[in-house]
Parts: sequence; structure tokens; C-alpha cells
Amino acid sequence: MVQIASITFQNTDEARPIIEAVKADNPGLRVMDMPGAVKLDRDDSIVIRRESVEERIGRDWDPQELHLVLVSMAGNVDEDDDTFTLSWSHA
Amino acid sequence: MAAKKLGLKQRYALMTRGLDWETTYQPMDEVFPFDKFEGIKITDWSKWEDPFRLTMDNYWKFQAEKERKLYAVLDSFAQNNGQMGVSDAKYVNAIKLFLTGVSPLEYQAHRGFAHAGRHLRGVGPRVAAQMQSLDELRHVQTQVHTISQYNKYFDGFAEFRHMHDRVWYLSVPKSFFDDARSAGPFEYMVAIGFAFEYVLTNLLFVPFMSGAAYNGDMATVTFGFSAQSDESRHMTLGIEVIKFLLEQHPDNLPIVQKWVDKWFWRGHRVLGLVAMMMDYMLPKKVMSWKEAWEIYFTEAGGALFQDLERYGLRVPKYADVATAEAEHMSHQNWSIFYQYTHAAGFHTWLPSDEEMDWLSEKYPNTFDKYYRPRYEMWREMEKDGKRFYNNALPQLCTTCQIPMGYTEPGDPTTIAFRSSEYKGDRYHFCSDGCKDIFDNEPEKFSQSWLPVHQIFQGNCGGATVPDVLAWYNMNVGADNMDQAGSPDQKIWDAWKTKQEKVAG
Ligand SMILES: [Fe+2]
Ligand SMILES: [Fe+2]
Ligand SMILES: [Zn+2]
Repeated sequence: MVQIASITFQNTDEARPIIEAVKADNPGLRVMDMPGAVKLDRDDSIVIRRESVEERIGRDWDPQELHLVLVSMAGNVDEDDDTFTLSWSHA
Repeated sequence: MAAKKLGLKQRYALMTRGLDWETTYQPMDEVFPFDKFEGIKITDWSKWEDPFRLTMDNYWKFQAEKERKLYAVLDSFAQNNGQMGVSDAKYVNAIKLFLTGVSPLEYQAHRGFAHAGRHLRGVGPRVAAQMQSLDELRHVQTQVHTISQYNKYFDGFAEFRHMHDRVWYLSVPKSFFDDARSAGPFEYMVAIGFAFEYVLTNLLFVPFMSGAAYNGDMATVTFGFSAQSDESRHMTLGIEVIKFLLEQHPDNLPIVQKWVDKWFWRGHRVLGLVAMMMDYMLPKKVMSWKEAWEIYFTEAGGALFQDLERYGLRVPKYADVATAEAEHMSHQNWSIFYQYTHAAGFHTWLPSDEEMDWLSEKYPNTFDKYYRPRYEMWREMEKDGKRFYNNALPQLCTTCQIPMGYTEPGDPTTIAFRSSEYKGDRYHFCSDGCKDIFDNEPEKFSQSWLPVHQIFQGNCGGATVPDVLAWYNMNVGADNMDQAGSPDQKIWDAWKTKQEKVAG
């Protein structure tokens, strides 16, 4: 069975550029709109890149700012200064 | 030359490690007296990895930001009389159930994580448990603040704290947390951190808050999502606990498996209240309980347990039964509350034709066959002035404390009864899942504070229903009974008439 990595954001002005970045960086992403929130699903893994978010908001962005708009997620977390990754694979 | 900025991983290691020390005045086992008796074996605490590398300084920064945003919204909600803008007065009953049933659990979680943070020997989990303890305190406080606006206009809120400790159905969530908090620190972490936060919390918060958004409740959406933004960290802590315990020693597996089985089933039973809220109490519905179960348990839980297979951990026992019950649970629970509306701290009603059609569409296998006829009969009885009240006190399941109204797996017209004997007494259960839990810990569960037993033993204010309701601090005729004819409905209708007049 394919394992689905998933991340849910609040549907707010602050989260929208992050959602756009995730859409651009993760081919095959599936989007589920709910009232107030957006759930993004993808087989195996989802990555969020600092650079892609910064391009969209025009300022420095620390991936830990995700904490302000995150609702839920599924997958193992790996976090560093440039990326935030959720995945089910084991390197 | 300026020092090179450290990477996140190094920063985190420096900020969270080496904060503890080996005690010398007292042996470590005396300082940490609770982390061995459960049989869990830890060989190296330093192997604990916190995947969210959040340091305390960033923690305060982010939490302060969340609070600022939340209170700005709450302020404008109050200023703009947001309580008048919700979809329907019925909606408010879902919030009553939340404040009386769920918010006190946030406080229990705060206490529980403070305890775990004190009693786990490793510094990694102690820092994480401490942050979560603070989060949970924030959750209960913001929920009470937010919902206080509703308390100014609607019944059923004022005595939430008093009711949580006394009212029959509130003993279901209360006893769930009492059970977790009276366990050892590792069981607590598996129960609340893993089974509840990781496996089940999405089923509570995501549909609930999305439902609040859909029903125009801006204040609840905001505290909900604000609390939920801490939840990803809690989920990650929960899964880290499991991995850590299973990696530390092979002897931990059977203990952890037993806890996962137990807490999955207990959580599933508590969430029956949410199932009913989603299918019956939201005037505008977001998704059915069954759909939520498919997304958040079948799909997300499936991926998770597939991942944990490498440690030998299997899907919780009776997960298949729980999935089959998703077809029935909300209907059976709402029926219980309809029958006992005189003893409930929120209002009930029968689903409208439109709502029944929605339920038929969402539950094609069960609703028309088993539940629609029941509601139609009750509707006829109401028309004839014979609204059905159940005046007998129900038998309760000793484990989950829910009235024994659930049906046999695969046979929705027969009530399920299980029982066990312990020290000469017979104990009753709603399901195999609840019976197994008792059989594993009979000494603990034979001491359960069961509301109906307590009433019969004379510990709840007296022998009659009015005596007991007085002991609950229930404002009879306002807090309880049907939505139709309630003071809530009256104030709502008055607002709506006024708004129409203004609109011309
Ligand atoms: Fe919480
Ligand atoms: Fe939590
Ligand atoms: Zn039970």
C-alpha cells in the first residue's frame, strides 16, 4: 500500500504563499480544501523549501515559522535550515 | 572575524543537551522513582531524537505570536457580537459539549505532561514534555476565554468545571484521562502522546474546527487552529516516544503493543462524542464521521502502522471493529442523548428531513435500514405529544463508562453485552475491546467511579432525577431538554426577528 505523506495548513494569508511553494515543489500533490484549512497529500513525501517560500513572500523566512500556520501532518519529520521534509521512506 | 552561524541541528543540540546531571546526594532511582516499574527498559537516553528542533527561545517567540493573533480575533468577535453570526442556535450545543467534555482534558493533559516531564530520566523527552505541558495549559485557558462569550447569552456553559466531575456522560472523557494520568509515565506518553495525539487527535480537531469555520464560529476556529498548530509538535513527540521505546530494547515491544491496543480502543470510544457532533450537531456539515475515519484512521493510520511494522508493532487490536462501527456509532450515540435529554447539559433534537437525506447519502449501508425508522417513529410520538424519554438509569460499561447501547459487530439489532468476574463481582462491558482492557487491569478498573452506580449508592445528591440534576448544578429547564422551546432558541429567534426588521 502506498503511504501518503500529508500536511494541513490554515487557510490564511500567512499560509497561502507556503501552500503555493509546496504546490510548485511537489509534483503529483493532491489538494483537499476544507473550510478554514487546506490538506496537501502526496505519495511517500512532501518537501517545503525555504527558498521557494522566500521567493513568494519577499523576505527571509525561517522554516520554523511553519509552527504558526500548521494544523496537522503525517510522515516522519526532518527539519534543517533550508528544508522541512515529511516522508515515509527510510534512508 | 565573526563566528560562523551554527546550523539548526547543532544549535538544537547545544540548547537541549547536557542540561541534566547525575545526582550525587541521592541515587538517581530515588530522584526518578517512576520510570522503571512499568517494565520498560531504556539503555541510552541520549538516543532520543526530537525531530522538531525547537529550542525554548523560539518556543516562547512563536507561542507569543500565536496568542497575539488569537486574542485580536477574540476581541473583535466579542465586539461584533459574533455569537449572533453562527449558522443556527443548534450549533452552540456542539460548543457546550466541547467546553464541558474536552477543555478539561486539556488541563488534564497539562498536568500529565508536567508529571512526565518531571519523571522521565532523559533530558530530550523532558524538554519536549515540558513544552507540551505549557501548550496544554494554553489550550484550556484560550478555550475558556473564547467560549466565555457564548456563556453570556446561552445556557449549559456556566458550570462546565463542576459538571465535568459529575455528569454521567462527562465521566467518559474524564475517566479516559484519569486512567492515563494514574498510569506510569511511559504508559501516559504512549496513551496521550501516541494513541491520542498521533492516531486520533485529527479526528477531534480538524473536523471540529473546520466545522466551526463552516458554521460561522470565528472564535472557535481561531482557538482551534491556534491550539492545533501546537498539535503537530505533539504528534511528533508521540511518534518519537514509540520509536524510542521500540529501539531501546526488544522486551519493550509486548508492553508497548498492549498499551497501543488499549489506548486506541479507549480513544475510539471517547471520540464517539465527536462522531455524534459531526453527524448531528453541526447545522452545516463538513464531512461525515465515516469519511473522517477513512481519511484520518484508515489512510493516515494505515501509513503509520505500515511504517512501524519494522519494529514488529502491529495495527491496534480491534481496529477492524472500530472501522465497522464507524457506520453506526454517531447514530447510536445521538439516540442515547435524545432519550436522556432531561439529564444532559445541552439540547437535543430530531434530524430534519434534509438532514436525514444527508445521513442516508453518507451512510447508504445503515441509515435508512436501522436509524431512519427510529427517528421517524420518535417524530410521530412527538407529534402525538408523547415525546420519548428513557426514565431508567442505564447500565454502563465498566471500562469506557458509556451506556450499554452499542450493538454486536455485524448484528446492528442486538445490543452487545460482555462481562467478567473479579473477586466475586461481575463487571459489564460494551465490547470485546473494553472487556480486554478490564481483564488486563482488573484491580484498577474494578475501582471505576461509574455515575449510575454512584447514584444508586447515594453519592450523587439523592435518589431521584431532580436530586441528581441539582447535584450536577444543572439549571433545569434551561440547560437540559430539547432545543425547541429552550431559552437558547428564544433568544436566537428574537435576534433573528430583529435582524429581519432592520433589513426591512
Ligand atoms: Fe491540547
Ligand atoms: Fe495536544
Ligand atoms: Zn465500553
